[in-house]
Amino acid sequence: MQTVKIVVTGPFSSGKTEFIQSISEIDVVSTERKISLESEKIKSATTVAMDFGRITIDKELVLYMFGTPGQRRFDFMWEILSEGMLGFIVMVDSARPETFREARYILETFRAYAPTPYVVTANKQDLDDAWDLEDMRFALRLDPKIKLLPCVAHDKNSVKKVLLELLYTILAEMEAK
Amino acid sequence: MALKGNLRDFTITQLLNLVNLACKTGTLVVEGPADVAKITFREGKLIYAQLDHLDNSLAGILRRSKKISSRQYSILTERAANMNDKELGILLINAGYLSQYDIIDSLQQYFVGIVRQLFTWVEGVFTFEVNTLQPSDKIPIRMDLENLIIEGSRQLREWEQLQQEIPSLDMSLKFSDRPGINIRNVNLSVEEWRVVYYVNPKNTMRQIAKATKLNDLEIRRIVYSLLQAGLIEVIRPGEHPATLPPRAFPKTNKTEQKSLINRIIDRIRAI
Repeated sequence: MQTVKIVVTGPFSSGKTEFIQSISEIDVVSTERKISLESEKIKSATTVAMDFGRITIDKELVLYMFGTPGQRRFDFMWEILSEGMLGFIVMVDSARPETFREARYILETFRAYAPTPYVVTANKQDLDDAWDLEDMRFALRLDPKIKLLPCVAHDKNSVKKVLLELLYTILAEMEAK
Repeated sequence: MALKGNLRDFTITQLLNLVNLACKTGTLVVEGPADVAKITFREGKLIYAQLDHLDNSLAGILRRSKKISSRQYSILTERAANMNDKELGILLINAGYLSQYDIIDSLQQYFVGIVRQLFTWVEGVFTFEVNTLQPSDKIPIRMDLENLIIEGSRQLREWEQLQQEIPSLDMSLKFSDRPGINIRNVNLSVEEWRVVYYVNPKNTMRQIAKATKLNDLEIRRIVYSLLQAGLIEVIRPGEHPATLPPRAFPKTNKTEQKSLINRIIDRIRAI
C-alpha cells in the first residue's frame, strides 16, 4: 500500500479542519483543544497538533490530508508535517485581512521546508465581508502564476475543486521539469 | 465585496497602489487614533480628500494655501456662509479675486498634503466604500497616484528599515556608557530633547511616545537618530529564531509519479 500526503496549512481559524472534514472519507482525527488565550477566542476550539483525513484512491494508494495547527506557537509541527508532502494548500480567511500577513509568513515558511507545488485558497468567500480575489492577491503579494482559488470549506464541491487544482499544478510542474 | 482592514496589515501606500492598479472608484475612509480621513478616487485617480478635524471648506483651504488672507477668510465665511464650494469658487473667479488655476492648485496641495499625512499613520482601520464619491458641493480634482505611491514607497522603506532597527517599541532605552560625551553639547531638535528627557531603562519607547505625543514612525525616527549618534542604547529582548535549512522534494520516478497523480485526480473527480 502506497501513501501520499497533502498538507493543508494557513493561519489560525482559516478553515483548515473544516476543509479536510468536507472531503475525508473518515471522521477527521482531530487534535482540537479548547482555546485558552483570550485573544484567540473567536472560536471555541483549535487544532494543536494536526488534523488527519484520508481518501482511498484505489487498492494500492491512499491520500492523506494533514491540517497544520494555525498558531505560531505550534509551528514545530509544521516541519514534521511537511516531510515528503506532494504539495500544500495555504488557506486564507477572506474576511479577516489581519491574518493575511501571517498567511504570507506561513507560505514562505513552507516553501523553505520543501519547494513543492502549492495553491492558495481564499476561504469563506460566502461571507459578506470577504475580500475580492484580485484584492487578496495584491494584499498577499502573490505572483500571478500562483493559483488563488475561491473556496467555501464546508462545501464539498468547492473543496474538490481546490484539491484538483493543486493536483493539476503538481502535474504541470512535473511536466515542466 | 468589502475592502476593509487594519493599517498594521496594509499600509496607505499599498492601498493607493491597489486603487491605482484596479482603477477603483469610491471613498477610502481611514479611522486613525486621532482623526478620520476620507480620500475619494474616480477610476484610480485622486479626486478629493478631507480630514474630519480640519476646516475642509474651500475658504479654509484657500486661507491655508495663503491665496486669501485671514481677514478675507473671515469675510467669506460670514458673507458667503450659504454658498457651497462650487458656488464660492465661481464667485471668486468671476469677481477676479482668483484664477481657476489658483483654486485647483490649492485643492491639489491640500489633498496631497492629507495623503502625505496619512503615510505617517501606522495605526487605524480602513474601509473602501465602492462608488461613494465626495459630497456633491465639493470641487473634485483629478490627480494621478503614481507620484504619491512612489513617495509613499520611500516612506514605507524608511518605516521598514526603522522597524528592522527597532523591532519593538516595548523595549527600553538607556544612555550609552561613553563618559567623554556631554549630551548638552550635542545639537538636538526640540522633539529629540523631549525624548531624551524620558530616556530611562524603566520607560519603554511606547511609553515615551505616549508622553511626547509622537506616533510610531516619529518615535522610531528619533530613537534611530539618537542610536546612530551613539547617545543611547536599546535594551534588546530575546534572541532570533533559528532559520531552517531548505529541504529537497523527494525524488521518485517521474512517470510513476505522474501516473500516481492522475489516479488521485480521477478519484477526486469521482467523489
